[in-house]
Amino acid sequence: MVYLTRKLEFSASHLYHNPALSLEENKRIFGKCNNPHGHGHNYTLEVTVAGEPDPVTGMVVDLKELKEILEREITQRMDHRFLNYEVAELKGQIPTCENIARVIWNLLEPKISKGRLHKVRLYETPDLYADCYRNGAHGA
Amino acid sequence: MKDGLKIELGRRYRFSASHRLHSSRLSEEENRRVYGKCNNPYGHGHNYVVEVSVSGAVDAATGMIANLADLDSFVEREVIEPFDHKSLNEDVAAFRENVPTTENICKEIFERLKRFPKAKLERVRVEETGNNTFEYAGEEL
Repeated sequence: MVYLTRKLEFSASHLYHNPALSLEENKRIFGKCNNPHGHGHNYTLEVTVAGEPDPVTGMVVDLKELKEILEREITQRMDHRFLNYEVAELKGQIPTCENIARVIWNLLEPKISKGRLHKVRLYETPDLYADCYRNGAHGA
Repeated sequence: MKDGLKIELGRRYRFSASHRLHSSRLSEEENRRVYGKCNNPYGHGHNYVVEVSVSGAVDAATGMIANLADLDSFVEREVIEPFDHKSLNEDVAAFRENVPTTENICKEIFERLKRFPKAKLERVRVEETGNNTFEYAGEEL
C-alpha cells in the first residue's frame, strides 16, 4: 500500500457559539473564540489517499484529478468564507477543527474513486490540528 | 463513533531545556564513546517540540473532543512547567537515574499525560531538533 498526501490551504472565518447555552456558558467554554463578530485562520489541509500504484501509470491516484476534487469540494466551498454562515454542511455544528475535519472527510470520501481516502488532517494553526480517519486505520 | 470515523486532536507545545547523556552503568570511556559530544559534563540544551494526540467522542454541544484550555493547562502543569528552562538531569526526578535521551523523555511525557481525564491519549511525539523526532504510543498490548 502506498499513501499519497496532497496539501492545500484556505482562509476562513468562524466563531464558536452554541445557542442552547447561556451567554456566560458560551464565554466560559469558548473563551475568545466566542467573539460574536468572528475571527479567522489560514487552514492547511492534508488529504491522504491510500492505494496500490496502477501498473500502467504508476499512480495511486491522478494528482490532477485529486487537485480538481479538492478545488471543487473544499476550496470553492470554504476559502474566504465565514464557515458558520456559508458552509451548509456545518449548519448547526460548532465549526471546530474536529467538526470541519469530519465534514471534509464526508465531502471527499464519495468523490475519490481511485484509491481510498485514508486520512484528513486539518491544521487550524501550525500548533493545532485534527485528524479524521476510519476506525481501525492507522492514525499516524 | 456511529459513522465509523475516528477523530483525533493534535496540539504542539514547546519547552527548552538542557541535558547530559551519561549512564551510571557505563564507564567514563564508554560514556564518551556511546554519547559523543552529548556526554559533555556541563550539558547542552535544545528547543524541544512536544506533539500530543488525543482522541474521543466529539461533544455535540461544544464540537470538541476536549476543551483546549483544559488540555493546555494540563500539559502546562505536567510537562511544560517542570521541564521548561530546566536541567532535565538535575531538576526532573525521573532523569536522575534514567538517561534523558529523547526516547526516555518521550516515554516520561506519555506517562505524565496519559492521566489526562478528558480524552484518551493516543501518542506523544517529541522533536529534539528539526531533524530528530521520537514517537511513543504506550506499550503494545
